[in-house]
This record gives sequence, C-alpha cells and structure tokens, in this order.
Amino acid sequence: MVDSIISAASVIAAAIAVGFAGLGPGIGQGNAAGQAVEGIARQPEAEGKIRGTLLLSLAFMESLTIYGLVVALSVLFANPFVG
Amino acid sequence: MFFLSKIEVGSHFYINFSESLHLHGETVIVSSLVVTGVILFLILGTRNLEKVPGNLQNITEILYEFVKSIAFTQMGPSYYSQFLPFVATIFLFVLGSNLAGALIPWKLLELEAGEFAAPTNDINTTAALAILTSLAYFFAGFKIKGIGYFKRYIKPAPFFLPINIVEDFTKPLSLNFRLFGNVVADELTVTVICSLVPLIIPLPIMMLGLFASSLQALIFATLAAAYIGEVIE
Repeated sequence: MVDSIISAASVIAAAIAVGFAGLGPGIGQGNAAGQAVEGIARQPEAEGKIRGTLLLSLAFMESLTIYGLVVALSVLFANPFVG
Repeated sequence: MFFLSKIEVGSHFYINFSESLHLHGETVIVSSLVVTGVILFLILGTRNLEKVPGNLQNITEILYEFVKSIAFTQMGPSYYSQFLPFVATIFLFVLGSNLAGALIPWKLLELEAGEFAAPTNDINTTAALAILTSLAYFFAGFKIKGIGYFKRYIKPAPFFLPINIVEDFTKPLSLNFRLFGNVVADELTVTVICSLVPLIIPLPIMMLGLFASSLQALIFATLAAAYIGEVIE
C-alpha cells in the first residue's frame, strides 16, 4: 500500500520535475536565439561568431533542463524511497 | 510483429571480483576500446609528419588547432601550453566515447544484462572525469600560485568564503550531471521513438543526438579549461 502510494507520487514528481525544468530554460533559449537573430540581421558578417557563441550558450541552458531530467530518471528508475 | 526494444536504465553487465568489488563490464569494455581507438588514431596521424599533410595528418592537425584554441582562449598565452594535454585528453575521450555510443551498432551484440552503449551513459565515467577536472584545477592553482591559491576563497570579500567553498563541490557535480544527462537523454529519446515508430522517423533525432553529443565534448573541454583558467589568472 505504502509502496504503491510512493510509486504514484514518484511518477507525478518525475512529470513535474521535467515539466518545470523545461519551462525556464525554454524562455531563456528563446530569448538568446531571438537576440542572436537580431544580431545577425544587424551585422550579417559576424554570423559565424554569433552562431558559435549561441550554440555554446544554448547548450549551457539545455543542461539546466537535463538536471531536471536526471532527477526525474532517478525518481523513476532508481527510486531511493521504494524499499 | 516488430521487435520492440526494451527500455531499461541502470542495469549492468557485472564483472565480479569478490563479494563487494565488481565492475560495470560494458562500460569498462567500451571505454577501453575508445581509449585504444583514440591512441591508435593519434599515433597513425602523427607518425610520418610531412610538409604537405596527408588525410590523417590533416585531421589530427585540425583537432590540435581546435583544442589549442579552446585552451588558449580560456587560459591566456602564458599558461595554456602546460594544461593543453589535459584539456585535449578530456576532449578526445568524451568525443570518442559519445561517438562510439552513437555510431557503432552495438545492438548486434547481446549481453546477458545491460547493453553496450556510450561509456559516458554510466554516471561513474562522468563522475571520474569531473573529479579529475577538479583535481586538475586544484593542482594548477597550487602549482602556479603556491599557497597564495587560498586567497581565491576570500575574493571579492571575506564573507564570500562559504559560497566559494560550496562552488568547489558544485562544479564537478554540474559537470558530471550535464554530460551524463545529455548522453542518457539522447539515448532514451531514440529508444522511446524507436519503440513507437521503428523506421525512418528516429533518423533526425539520431542526427540531433550526434550533433549534441559532439557539442557536449566541446562544452566539457571548454568548462575544464575555464575552471583551470579561473584559478591561475
């Protein structure tokens, strides 16, 4: 009984973890990409440099989502609370 | 019926030495293959150096220039050459193991438990890399600054001391989770989509995974170089 409640709670927790972890970085990545497009439109000759920096910073933001994913995975597949 | 792949995380092919000591067999085997591959590639690429480079020498030269530019931009002209080997090793190993997981058709080989995949999808591999990185920047700090390295902890003001100490733990932790999570996320996405639609549809996701995993190698190396550069500036 207790185990099934914990399992149900873990599934919900995993969903919430991934969902909210995607929220912030999504906004951030949108901002960064928008600014980069603006930068390229203003200065097309700097496109290569802007693209490199953009990809690097997008990957940094992506890693925040990944932290949420790691938490969700550990709750789903390696749950410390299920005895 | 189609063959549907089973999704499992955290099952390993154990090699037991004793009661308490066992290895994750698939990780050890694939990572030693990767190390051998990288060493062979570098030896072959640098064996007969010529004025007009051939194919293999060209690739090694491009790689060298690339890794050198990472180290150079993070650590500056006077120190980068000392830590270039470390950054290059990290970069080549992470790149090699991510690509090995994505490009070699491991599914053809059956194991009794677990399956062959990128060594970086085991959290122990990435933890080892992250701990090596933090040891490297401690070493760099002590080597270049001596005991004055500890002044870093009370900058910019003495009450930043706890934050600076906590940072020493969060740096390897975030490096660890970033690489592990990215690799696992790639493989999990491909597995889930393969179990829904086994043909054609997973291909773009696989391409994205290939791109993202090489980007992760670049990011790991850049961050390692940046952490080292931070303590010796």
